[in-house]
Amino acid sequence: MDQGKHILFRHRDIANLRDLDVYLAHGGFEAFKKAVTTLTPQQVIDEVKNAGLRGRGGAGFPTGLKWSFLTKDSFPRYVVINSDESEPGTFKDREILTHNPFQFLEGAMITAYASQANTIYNYVRGEYWDVVAGLERCVAQLYERGFLGEKLFGTEFKLDFFHHRGAGAYICGEESALLESIEGKLGQPRLKPPFPADKGLYAKPTVVNNTETVTNVPFIIQHGAAAYRQNGTEKSPGTKLFCLSGHIQKPGNVELPLGTTLRELIYTHGGGIRGGKGFKAVMLSGASSVVLKVDDALLDTPLDYESVAAKGAMLGSASVIVLDETVDLSWVILKTTRFFKHESCGKCTPCREGTFWMLSILERINQGGAAKADVDLLQNVASQIQNKCLCPLGEFSVTPVLASLKTFRGDFDARTTDGAPKAAPKSAPKKAAVEAGD
Amino acid sequence: MADQVTLTIDGVSVSVPKGTLIVDAAKRIDNDIPVFCYHPKLKPVGMCRMCLVEVGRVMKDRATGQVVLDDAGQPKVGFGPKLETACTTPVEPGMVVVGASQKVTDARDDILEFLLTSHPLDCPVCDKGGECPLQNLTLRHGPGKSRFVYDEKQKNDKHVPLGGPDDALIFLDRERCIQCARCTRFCDEIADDHVLGFYQRGRKIEIATFSEPGFDSKFSGNTTDICPVGALTTADFRFGARPWELTTSASICNHCPVGCNTTFSTRREAKSGGKQVIKRVLPRQNEQVNEVWICDKGRFGYHFIESPARLTAPLVRKDGKLVEATWDEALTRVAETFKAAGSALVGLAGGRLSNEDLFAFKQAVSGVGGKALLDAPLAGGDLTTVVGVSAGVNSGAGTDLGQIGKGTAILVVASDLEEEAPLWWLRVKAAAERGATLIVANARPTKTDRYAKHVVRYDVGNAVSTLAGMLLEGSSDYATAFAQAENALVFYGREGLDFAGTQALAQACANLLIETKHVGRAQNGLIGVWTTANAQGAAELGLTTTPASPAVLAAARAAWFVGTDPLGDGRLTRKDLPPFTVVQELFLTDTAKAADVVLPAAAWAEREGTYTSGERRVQRFYPAVPAPGATRPDCQIAAEIGKAMGATRFGGFPAQVFLEIARTVPAFAGLNYAAVSKVAPQWPDVGGRDQYYGGASTTNLQGLGVQLPSAAERGTVPQAARAEAPALAHPVGTLLVLPIAKLYDRGATFAPSTLVHPRVPAPFVAINPADAARIGLADGDEAELALDADTVLVVAKVTADAPEGVLLLPVGLGVATPEGPAPARVAKSARVAA
Ligand SMILES: Cc1cc2nc3c(=O)[nH]c(=O)nc-3n(C[C@H](O)[C@H](O)[C@H](O)COP(=O)(O)O)c2cc1C
Ligand code: SF4
Ligand code: SF4
Ligand code: SF4
Ligand code: FES
Repeated sequence: MDQGKHILFRHRDIANLRDLDVYLAHGGFEAFKKAVTTLTPQQVIDEVKNAGLRGRGGAGFPTGLKWSFLTKDSFPRYVVINSDESEPGTFKDREILTHNPFQFLEGAMITAYASQANTIYNYVRGEYWDVVAGLERCVAQLYERGFLGEKLFGTEFKLDFFHHRGAGAYICGEESALLESIEGKLGQPRLKPPFPADKGLYAKPTVVNNTETVTNVPFIIQHGAAAYRQNGTEKSPGTKLFCLSGHIQKPGNVELPLGTTLRELIYTHGGGIRGGKGFKAVMLSGASSVVLKVDDALLDTPLDYESVAAKGAMLGSASVIVLDETVDLSWVILKTTRFFKHESCGKCTPCREGTFWMLSILERINQGGAAKADVDLLQNVASQIQNKCLCPLGEFSVTPVLASLKTFRGDFDARTTDGAPKAAPKSAPKKAAVEAGD
Repeated sequence: MADQVTLTIDGVSVSVPKGTLIVDAAKRIDNDIPVFCYHPKLKPVGMCRMCLVEVGRVMKDRATGQVVLDDAGQPKVGFGPKLETACTTPVEPGMVVVGASQKVTDARDDILEFLLTSHPLDCPVCDKGGECPLQNLTLRHGPGKSRFVYDEKQKNDKHVPLGGPDDALIFLDRERCIQCARCTRFCDEIADDHVLGFYQRGRKIEIATFSEPGFDSKFSGNTTDICPVGALTTADFRFGARPWELTTSASICNHCPVGCNTTFSTRREAKSGGKQVIKRVLPRQNEQVNEVWICDKGRFGYHFIESPARLTAPLVRKDGKLVEATWDEALTRVAETFKAAGSALVGLAGGRLSNEDLFAFKQAVSGVGGKALLDAPLAGGDLTTVVGVSAGVNSGAGTDLGQIGKGTAILVVASDLEEEAPLWWLRVKAAAERGATLIVANARPTKTDRYAKHVVRYDVGNAVSTLAGMLLEGSSDYATAFAQAENALVFYGREGLDFAGTQALAQACANLLIETKHVGRAQNGLIGVWTTANAQGAAELGLTTTPASPAVLAAARAAWFVGTDPLGDGRLTRKDLPPFTVVQELFLTDTAKAADVVLPAAAWAEREGTYTSGERRVQRFYPAVPAPGATRPDCQIAAEIGKAMGATRFGGFPAQVFLEIARTVPAFAGLNYAAVSKVAPQWPDVGGRDQYYGGASTTNLQGLGVQLPSAAERGTVPQAARAEAPALAHPVGTLLVLPIAKLYDRGATFAPSTLVHPRVPAPFVAINPADAARIGLADGDEAELALDADTVLVVAKVTADAPEGVLLLPVGLGVATPEGPAPARVAKSARVAA
């Protein structure tokens, strides 16, 4: 992709794009106006379907299709934007919301028009309180300039926009827990079905989309599906934001066409492995990743939804965590498991109890108190959780565990002793507790 | 049938209604799928993951939607890669469910092992031990040995009072909790008391109450029955006994007219001097009455029977003093004097007596020409016997609130159902949720309003005219809704009415039902929200309701008070009593203290008998514990007095009296104890072989009762009659006191349950903010309430729930209350707070 021509990160090309006048001067809100004044909601949906846009929140579900699932003739409807961004290693939505807020807002507003919704809630990660303050100012400007409110562009279409801040729970990124949270309830996932498109927010038909997903929409409406398909692959069109972290020379976000190889991502755009060390493993979708052992075949894998799936992993939100040769996987898995244990909502038994148990075993392993059999036990407990959880979080928690045990079992075994298992110390010192995030 | 779905579960074919969940379908064929979070009365949540099964579905061609057939021409069934929760998955035609496979057994073993990793395993000291779903399922699915390092267990709080340390009725053990959310869902979905919830998350998630006082619900005890572990226990029973030491006996709650079916758990214990004592009260399933619930008054309000203040021997007045006497001496004196009094004998009985008691009493009194009356404040028994809810003699099924939904109108007038008959409140609410049209008419808001399609607010004193107004064509949308409903029920109470007012209101309600043709059919009729358990029985047996008053006793030469204390209530004074007064009672009440002869009665839990509920269901109760001292059942005492007077000839055993009732009272024709004790399978099948499906609620093996046919069903043609209430006197410058009922009061049969005392409010008046501002009263102020000549001190509660110009004054809190609305003045107390 031409580095001067971002689609999502246009603020990297245009200075002060977060200024409404600058945004308007660069064609801002023309897509929204075009949609509201010249297209039917169905035409907008069709265009997005033709563009082949897929959800950037993790699952890669076709966006236009999702919009078309809304229960017919049931109103009011809601559009809810998922800006919870809590997956470890993910920080792309933050850059959009901070530096290119109007393009995001415009995308959300077109989504609302296509869904025939008159209300948008943007659910933002609690720690992004400063980002929300900025967004609130942008929204106020849009009301002032007549882009939000009643009778937009002289039509009957009206639209309101609200922000809702999370309170620090990863599970509230899961769409149904997110909806519960907006409703003022405890953030726990709902049973599905019914799906949000049928009974979402306040039991009304609701579209839930990721921030990045909707930020693609103004381009699609303004330039058409074909232009959008200039980037990416047949099944995974468009560009994607990749979040680079870990032992990488140049950590940060980068926007690249889907299908860019891992090699190009790491070595061309990320500047290679920090300190020129060997590249041991990679996690492509944050803490929930299948940990992949790096070899040439993997480096040549195009990063699109299908190719990554073919490797037995998920592209997810493309939160690429680079692990160099110094890394001990048993330590990495301690970290991911601690995260999931901390974030388990507690609603269902296998995740609530299983993550707690896995963490106990991993703490033993990492503190040298584990017996050989403990590694098998870990594998056992992880398999015991698998496929029994109420929501994907519990399933995510075992993904890196089982993958690492398969590929890097030696890292775990090396830390065990021949003795009987010894319980990890209970009252961890203060510092450790802070590190654990408890 | 079109709406039936046929599927196969572990090789057995079963047909169930569309929408049925797999777990319930399996239960229909006695296939017990283990559950923890699922409860057949609650919405499924799929949290515990214990009910995992393999589910195969008929395969369909994606493109054509056609069923794919195998070589044999049978629909192909495809199994998904994952197990599914039987408690959240509805059945589908041709579905194949496998629960008996190794894969499923392994999965359940896995879940159970997970649950045990955080469980304290303190079964030896746990109240639930012995009747615990987790314990039972551990025996089936649990690992023999723990793989979890014991020292890594998370420690959580035990003995957490859900409320203050002194007022908690329910205690929580956080280590035992398995986070199934049955308790929270019960509160949210069934009771509509949003007072319990989860706090924190993950392994730290815990149950917390956030009401003031804690766990503020009249139904809190039910959560201890459905909690699948020993996490929730009652302050009454915890550490009281082990379940396997307990003997059960069936009973009927006698605190209100609902007639909830209950079970007493009793045991003989050294602590109680080797006596058989009641350890707890549990609901007994009766889907037509109380389902599997009871209220906390029914659960905790039995302690009066073990009160040391109970009368245990007959007392006779000698030299101005009441002294112990033999039964012979006492009964001879009573019978002789009553017989001599003849038509100048007035008998007043309370509505808490059983059918047998009331009948024997009535026969004895009327046998010598005296007047036998029911001493109660709510009239209309003469109407509910005629147009009361019907037994459906012609349709097979009787009146059952549990079956009511769309097409039925329910009118609740002048009653606060939640306070007066809690289970009716639950049932009416559920009916409204199922689509019944609920109309609530009252002078002030009550909790029932929440579910009302129409809230009708009238001025105090206008209940009767409001009801009468419903008969005018097209007078209001609610009147039209009521008239056009296929079925209609009316619950009427006495709020804002004196006795004459209640007579008029009952008549107005009856008129409405008659004119709109809602009588003589099942699911239709009039229900009195009586103040006692058996006022309906009294009416069926022909007792006239007349509240005790000086006028009633004016010409009397002898009076017989059975289970009623008009002196204690302030309705009579000593000077109103005739020359000879007999009191038959549990306690030495104020009336008893003034009597010439006091006869000690056995409490209902100490004998057998029957009650007739407000829904006209005759239900049997059984003896649970021995009667103390020389006490005797009321019916036996009455029968002996009757015999001694030559007025009656039947024996005094309850069963004998009941046969006499069946022989002589048309509504009871053909009944006997065997008929009343019949049971039939009920759905949901709780308390069966497994304890996890429905909770600890005990199976009903002792009788579902029999609904009496109303007179309208037996051929009487009901007639509308004039209904007009006397006008209210309301001098200018006064406020109107409106007596209201509270479930928790200081009544003689509730006060000995000291555990509930902190939940009984101090005497208060509720006053509208506008009135309070004018008078200069602030919320919580001590106020002087001047009623007639009396001035009493009460707490002022400033609330918009009190209409302007009206003071709500709870009955039974130790402050004498007028019979109906009465003028009063209120002012800030001059007394300086200590
Ligand atoms: C545990 C969990 C956490 C999630 N966190 C996020 C998140 O932070 N942001 C997000 O957009 N989607 C997240 N998702 C995915 C959402 O549930 C949902 O699929 C997504 O918001 C849909 O938007 P899209 O179709 O635009 O991708 C999460 C899912 C799970 C199971
Ligand atoms: S899998 Fe974990 S996060 Fe999801 S519902 Fe169960 S406990 Fe909650
Ligand atoms: S207290 Fe009992 S009913 Fe409530 S969540 Fe815990 S285990 Fe379930
Ligand atoms: S609702 Fe009435 S009958 Fe039922 S338990 Fe409560 S007081 Fe007893
Ligand atoms: S998940 Fe089905 S019973 Fe709990």
